Amino acid sequence: MTDIIKTGNIRAAKNKAFAWIVAILSFITIFPIVLIISKLIINGYKQINLAFFTQVGPDTMEAMTAVSGGHVIPGGILNGIAGTLLMVLLASVMAIPLGVIIGVYLYENTTKRYAAVVRDVSDVMQGVPSIVLGLISYLWVVKHVTHGYSALAGASALGIMMLPLIIRSTEETLKMIPVSIKEAGFALGVPYHKIILRVLIPTGFSGLSTGILLAISRVIGETAPLMLTALGSRMVNLNIEQPTSAVPLLIWEFYNDPNMVDLIWSSSLFLMGFVLTLNIISKRIAAKSKK
Amino acid sequence: MDKPIVDIKDPVLRIENLHVSYDGIKNSVTDVSASVKKHAITAIMGPSGCGKSTLLRAINRMHDLYPQIKTTGKIFLNGDDISSISNIVLRRKIGMVFQRPNPFPTMSIYDNVIAGYKLNGFSLKKHERDEIVEKSLTDVSLWNEVKDALNKKGTFLSGGQQQRLCIARALAFQPDVILLDEPTSALDPIATAKIEDLLLELKDKYSIVLVTHNMAQAARISNFSMFMYLGELVEYGRTKDMFTKPVDKRTEEYLTGKFG
Ligand SMILES: Nc1ncnc2c1ncn2[C@@H]1O[C@H](COP(=O)(O)OP(=O)(O)O)[C@@H](O)[C@H]1O
Ligand SMILES: [Mg+2]
Repeated sequence: MTDIIKTGNIRAAKNKAFAWIVAILSFITIFPIVLIISKLIINGYKQINLAFFTQVGPDTMEAMTAVSGGHVIPGGILNGIAGTLLMVLLASVMAIPLGVIIGVYLYENTTKRYAAVVRDVSDVMQGVPSIVLGLISYLWVVKHVTHGYSALAGASALGIMMLPLIIRSTEETLKMIPVSIKEAGFALGVPYHKIILRVLIPTGFSGLSTGILLAISRVIGETAPLMLTALGSRMVNLNIEQPTSAVPLLIWEFYNDPNMVDLIWSSSLFLMGFVLTLNIISKRIAAKSKK
Repeated sequence: MDKPIVDIKDPVLRIENLHVSYDGIKNSVTDVSASVKKHAITAIMGPSGCGKSTLLRAINRMHDLYPQIKTTGKIFLNGDDISSISNIVLRRKIGMVFQRPNPFPTMSIYDNVIAGYKLNGFSLKKHERDEIVEKSLTDVSLWNEVKDALNKKGTFLSGGQQQRLCIARALAFQPDVILLDEPTSALDPIATAKIEDLLLELKDKYSIVLVTHNMAQAARISNFSMFMYLGELVEYGRTKDMFTKPVDKRTEEYLTGKFG
C-alpha cells in the first residue's frame, strides 16, 4: 500500500521535472528567435517608410550625409524588391509545372526503377549547397545563354532549388488522397490523365499550394547563388537578360558599406516579414483543407 | 462433381472461367463461372478475403487500373465481351458504388451527380444537366433533402446521404448494371435500411450486384446469392433456397455461423 503511494509520488515528481525541462528547453529555443525579431524591429522600423518601397538605394555620399546629420537614409530597396519578385516569378514559372509533373509521375510509378532514381536524385538535390546550384547556373546560363549576369540566371538557380521541394511535396500530397477517390473517377470511365488533372490535383490543391509557397519562402532569402548569377543592380531592372538586384543581395551590399548599416535592418525586417507571411498563408491553407 | 450453380436465362452478365491474380502466383478469384439475372439483386457473400471485391471489380474492368493484376476468362454484358467495349462505354453501362462513400471532395452535390458527363467531356445543355441531376437524386430519394443545397460540397452530407449521392452519380448514366461493394458497411442501421429500401426500388430498372459481408442483408433484399470461399464460387442459387437448404457443406457452415 505505502509502496504504491511512494512509487506514485516518485512518478508525479518525475512528470513534474520532465515538464519543467521541456518548458526550459523550449524557452531556450524560442529566446534567440525573439531576440532576433525584436532586434530587427527596433533597428529597422525607422527606415521603413514610403520611399523604402518606392525608391532605389541611395549612393554612399547621400547616405553618409544623412547619417552624419542624424536623418534617416534617403531612398529604399525598390530595385531589390522588383528583382526578387521578378526572379521568384521566373523561378516559379520554371519549377512549378515541371515539379508538379514529375511529382505526379513519381506518384503514379511508385515501384518503377527510373522513378526510384528520380526520387533519389531529387532528395540529393535538396541537400546540395545552394552556392553549388548557383555555380551550375553560372556555367549554364551566365556563360552560354545570357552571356553575362542576368535575372534569368538567378531565377534558374532558384528554380533548381525549388524543384525538388515541389516534386516531393506533390508526391506526398497525392499519396494522402484516398485511392477510392481516384477509383471513383475510373469507375465513371474517366481517362487517367483527366482523373489526375480534374480530380486529384484539385483535391490536393491545398497541399500543392502549401508546398509551393514553402518552396518560394525557402529560396526568397537565398544570397550566395544570386551573387554568382544575378550579380545585383543599382536600378530597377525588369529585363531578364540583364543583371538584377534582389533583397538579400542588397542586404549584403549594405553590409559592405558602413554608411548604409541602418538599411540592413530594415531590409532584413522586410524579408523576414515576407517569408513569415508566406508561411502563415500556407499554414492557413493547410488548416482550412483539414476541415 | 458438378457445382450447385443456378442456370440463368437471358442474363445481363455472363462470367466464364474467370481467374484474377494480384501477384501472378496465387489466384484471388479461381475459375468462377456464373450468370447474373436481369432486374434482380444478386448478392455475393463469403468471409472476408474470399475474393468478393476482386470478382466484382473484374466486372467493370476496374483491375485495368493496376497493370500487375492478371485477369483471364471472359465476361459478357448483354452478350458482348466486355474486353471489346471501350472503358467509357463499359462504365456508362456498369456503374459502381464503393464501400466508403467517396464523393469528389472538391465538387458540389450537383457536380458530383453530373461528374461522369463532365469529366468525360460530354457537352450537355443546362436543362439537360438539370434534368439528369434532379432525376438521379430523386431516384435515390435525396432530391428533397438537398434540392436547396445543390451548390454545397458533397462532403457536407451525412455518411448515408453521401452514399446515396454516390449511387446517384452511378445512376446518372442510366447504366444496365450497378455494382455495389459492401455499400452499407460504413453506415449506421437507419442509413443502411434506407439504402436497402432504395436498392429494392432500383431493381425494377437496374440489375444489381451487391457484395455484402452481412448475411442478414443478403437474406433481406437479394433474389439470388453467390457464396464464395477462398476465391472459388462454391454455391449460387436463389437466396431463399440457399438460406433454407444449402447444398454445399461450406455454405451451410458459413450460414450457420461456423466461420466468417
Ligand atoms: N490490392 C491487392 N493486392 C494484393 N492482394 C490483394 C489485393 N486486394 C486483395 N488482395 C487479396 O485477394 C484476396 C481477395 O480479396 P478481396 O477480393 O478484397 O476479398 P473480399 O472482398 O472478399 O474481402 C485476399 O486474399 C486479399 O489478400
Ligand atoms: Mg471486399
